[in-house]
Amino acid sequence: AEAEGPFGLGREALPEEIAAWDIDIRPDGKGLPEGRGNVWDGEGVFVEQCAVCHGDFGEGVGRWPVLTGGFDTLTDQRPVKTTGSYWPYLSTVWDYVHRAMPFGNAQSLTDDEVYAITAYLLNMNGLVDGDFELSHENFSEVTLPNEDGFYMDDREELELPEFTRDPCMENCKESVEITMRAAVLDVTPDEAVQTM
Amino acid sequence: MTTSFKGTKPSRRQFLSGAAAAGAGTFVAAQARAAGDPAITELQPWTQQLGDGVDVAPYGMPSEYESHVKRRTVEWLTADPISSINFTPLHELDGIITPNGLCFERHHGGAAHIDPAEHRLMINGLVETPLVFTMQDLMRFPRENHVYFLECAANSGMEWRGSQLNGCQFTHGMIHNVMYTGIPLRLLLQEAGVKTEGKWILPEGADAAAMTRSIPMEKALDDCLVAFKMNGEALRTEQGYPVRLVVPGWEGNMWVKWLRRIEVGDKPWHHREETSKYTDLLADGKARRFTWEMDAKSVITNPSPQAPLTHGKGPTVLTGMAWSGRGTIPRVDVTTDGGITWHQARISGPSLDKSMHRFYYEFDWDGGPLYLQSRAHDSTGYVQPTKDQLREFRGVNSIYHNNGIQTWYVNEEGIAENVEIS
Repeated sequence: AEAEGPFGLGREALPEEIAAWDIDIRPDGKGLPEGRGNVWDGEGVFVEQCAVCHGDFGEGVGRWPVLTGGFDTLTDQRPVKTTGSYWPYLSTVWDYVHRAMPFGNAQSLTDDEVYAITAYLLNMNGLVDGDFELSHENFSEVTLPNEDGFYMDDREELELPEFTRDPCMENCKESVEITMRAAVLDVTPDEAVQTM
Repeated sequence: MTTSFKGTKPSRRQFLSGAAAAGAGTFVAAQARAAGDPAITELQPWTQQLGDGVDVAPYGMPSEYESHVKRRTVEWLTADPISSINFTPLHELDGIITPNGLCFERHHGGAAHIDPAEHRLMINGLVETPLVFTMQDLMRFPRENHVYFLECAANSGMEWRGSQLNGCQFTHGMIHNVMYTGIPLRLLLQEAGVKTEGKWILPEGADAAAMTRSIPMEKALDDCLVAFKMNGEALRTEQGYPVRLVVPGWEGNMWVKWLRRIEVGDKPWHHREETSKYTDLLADGKARRFTWEMDAKSVITNPSPQAPLTHGKGPTVLTGMAWSGRGTIPRVDVTTDGGITWHQARISGPSLDKSMHRFYYEFDWDGGPLYLQSRAHDSTGYVQPTKDQLREFRGVNSIYHNNGIQTWYVNEEGIAENVEIS
């Protein structure tokens, strides 16, 4: 049988080490550092640090992600899923911008800059006024429109019973017709499909 | 590639089609009849001259004739090649193990190059003692070896609206299957001492994406591994060197690479990769979250659009792979007529929990059109659904978790195409 320890390996993490790496934020505000930033300052930082990819108003440049708008499109043929139209929690915006943006220069923004950018994103999504200031104190008062748009995986109850049945083996259908062809779209890289 | 032709003479139509290998095969066959096969009757250079010394390739690469067997990307799928995807060449592989250099890549901040001497793994949060491990520390824990598939949640995601990409590399190649050597995550968590309120973990990467996902404690204590070897050697840079998380059967995004920290908490974190991404939008505008398991799935890898039939009619080997995030694959059915009649395929090789399985179906091709499909059954009794069955539950905008049955149409010339059928 495998030894189950404890093995006495590793050493205790120091408070300053934990502080350096434990930067995650939760929807209930756990992990938020003290700080504040307003829409006006957020626009300044956004234009300087973010707009080259995401556009001046979060509309996205080229193929880079759209951050704003898209309200009431989630049942459309082509939904536009943004922080405003789709994301459930503001904490995710703060956490993700702080840990991974700007793309190529991650974890370079100050806490106040992240508060300011988050406030500006709220404003661009039409969720707060231009004089709004976001801080660790009022953070949990902000709710995003699609907070209730998600529910726990229900495949087990909904799909699995339907797909756990003995399948047909013979005379399963009358005929077969092609209804769609990838070759018509012709978007596969050329050199990959060879006749050798 | 040259093949000498055996069996039934190809039709004039096949000859005129000019498919390279079929044409070459016919040519060789004709020559062989005339004066013997020059591959036999003429002395080949590799028979006469000496080969490479043992010092030529300290770390060997595949034969130069296999240079087409490689990862490929599709540029239009993502905004840039850093936060992007490439694809395993499934149509060129056999058995169940994916060679390390061909395992597909998915990065969000590029493949980080980490000096293992400078790498640390921290465990903090709701634990008795927050800990820091060096790689040297990790190498002193008991190890386990397991073969698991890692499938990107978005594998086949481009196909929700219909047939789009022509080749199983592109439609199904966000997957690999390797043997991991690693430490049961349970042992590392026990070392720190999880408090009773600790119900979730948050693994985090050391790369510029600092990838995080919330994983329930039950799974963390069950079969997750902190792995440092794949197929016997160190993890490849692009697979998380020096250490990654292994989350058997669950969507690839959760297998955090360049693992630097595991936090224990009492609630999920709802981070970007489990809210904005890796949530499955349904037709009613609501979305499923925490869709962790990868359902049973299969694909025929040969023949397929990148691997047409070039040998003419007669004995033909159909092969493919099947897998399930919920167990093993006791059975795979295949059809050559679009699902009118199904046959049980033959599974060859090990049948391991949450691992790929290799299946074969040998048949006599009459030269007529083929509508090929495979249908996996897993050890829970689940049978792989059609794409239409999935769309009834989910619509076409859920992006992730498309495990619908794939159809290849093979025409009289042996050319295969990604299609959907009635």
